Amino acid sequence: MKLLVAVKRTIDYNVKIRVKSDNTDVDMANVKMAMNPFCEIAVEEAVRMKESGLAEDVIAVSAGPDQVQETLRTALAMGADRGIHIKTDIELQPLAIAKLLKAIVDIEQPEVVILGKQAIDDDSNQTGQMLAALLNWSQATFASNIVLSDGNAEVTREVDGGLETISVKLPAVITTDLRLNEPRYASLPNIMKAKKKAIDIKSPDELSVDVEPRLITLKVEEPPKRESGVIVESVTELLDKLQNEAKVI
Amino acid sequence: MTVLILAEHDNSELKRATMHSVTAALLISEDVHILVAGNDAGPVVKTASEIQGVTKVLYANNSAYEHGLAENVAPILVSLGDSYSHIMATATTFGKNVMPRVAALLDVAQLSDISSIIDQETFSRPTYAGNVITTVKSTDKIKVITVRATAFEAAIVGDQTAPTEEVKGNEDTGLSVFKKLEVSASERPELTSADIIVSGGRGMQSGENFVLVEAVADRLGAAIGASRAAVDSGFVPNDYQVGQTGKVVAPTLYLAVGISGAIQHLAGMKDSKFIAAINKDEEAPIFQVADYGLVADLFKVLPELAEELDKRGLSKT
Repeated sequence: MKLLVAVKRTIDYNVKIRVKSDNTDVDMANVKMAMNPFCEIAVEEAVRMKESGLAEDVIAVSAGPDQVQETLRTALAMGADRGIHIKTDIELQPLAIAKLLKAIVDIEQPEVVILGKQAIDDDSNQTGQMLAALLNWSQATFASNIVLSDGNAEVTREVDGGLETISVKLPAVITTDLRLNEPRYASLPNIMKAKKKAIDIKSPDELSVDVEPRLITLKVEEPPKRESGVIVESVTELLDKLQNEAKVI
Repeated sequence: MTVLILAEHDNSELKRATMHSVTAALLISEDVHILVAGNDAGPVVKTASEIQGVTKVLYANNSAYEHGLAENVAPILVSLGDSYSHIMATATTFGKNVMPRVAALLDVAQLSDISSIIDQETFSRPTYAGNVITTVKSTDKIKVITVRATAFEAAIVGDQTAPTEEVKGNEDTGLSVFKKLEVSASERPELTSADIIVSGGRGMQSGENFVLVEAVADRLGAAIGASRAAVDSGFVPNDYQVGQTGKVVAPTLYLAVGISGAIQHLAGMKDSKFIAAINKDEEAPIFQVADYGLVADLFKVLPELAEELDKRGLSKT
């Protein structure tokens, strides 16, 4: 079985986000970048499927400027076999990425595509579902457990209020939730090995995909700050405040 | 200009989450339709038709819709899509699962989790876990939108009834099959609709210690939440998680106990009306957003709090 994993380069989740003073974007200058945490989980899951003998070939794909190759190298160091870099400097929105991934799927013919459920920068939570739609494939989003069997995948999904289990027909798109697995750290030998793995470079033009953004960003700003309140000295005082001032109990 | 809302339901009850989308839709147009795609979902259709501001209910009745699978629900929205300027659902796991599939099939972008409406094509939405508000304008003909429930009040059920029109649905695509739903059984209110939430964090130290949180929560008639740290440590099940990657809540009172206030947690609760925090570390970031902070040992304070609620006759148990 062949697996495709999509990975995104985002600002590291530990970095405090700052907005540019002209309110056009988030300040990305000299900011530490990393693989989106949900994408790490996706790579981990694919590599585990390979290690358990369920898959033979794990391909990592990323789209964006030259720097996304660093993210692809991380995926290769974690255990992916080869990478595909769709090179473009245009701002990519989820629909465009889904179209690019569809073009890669048409070439590579994987049986499962695994993606993170959302990226921690734009928080869109769209690409996997859009890709499944464009391919007319089944989709299993927010996965916390995946069991592959002949022609199907049984996936447990984290839904509001509980866990839902569905069986999806392969080929399928699966998006990962936080508790699917704990991603490994790449070992030094594997990081060295990853440098020798192949990364194939493609362009949106080559794939005949129009990546023009559909949403125009007008303004990027910080949310209104919440005023900090008062420190109370005791349980009695806390209850007095909640009862008489806030009137919430 | 007409807005179509996808109803979320379990065939017997309309989920309250949908009511928030109605309020958002009414800010865009006076003509708001609701689609109920279900299997023998008569009671849902009835409630939907009674929501104030709804002008028409579309009812697609087919066994394919029983479990709200995205592969089956998306096609009917796509076939209806051309008659609408906006298609909306609330940004629950149901809405987030279905709507991008609809958007891609219509070849339009989706606007995720909008928190305010500037005009019919311009919307604001939280990004970077709520640390940034981004305002975007859509250039597409049809706007496919998911709505952040906590940013819009729930619409109310009135005494009028909007007309219902049956629409022809599609057959089961057979792409996926529902197996089971394990609902976290609880007598307590659901997190996303509770008036009061008592949440525990890493400071609780163990799952057993959550009985202290339960004792206070039950007296207040509150839901119980948790930080990601508490969930990852296995203290409580994952559907308790409040935060960027868990549930986004905005109760009247959010009581955070032993929660430091990581950015990712604040993203899920900072729109609460009142926030109270109990933490022994006075430097904890949670105090920067709390209306009332108590620097104290939670193991001493929680039993005291339960006792004092009883003493004041405020206990609901």
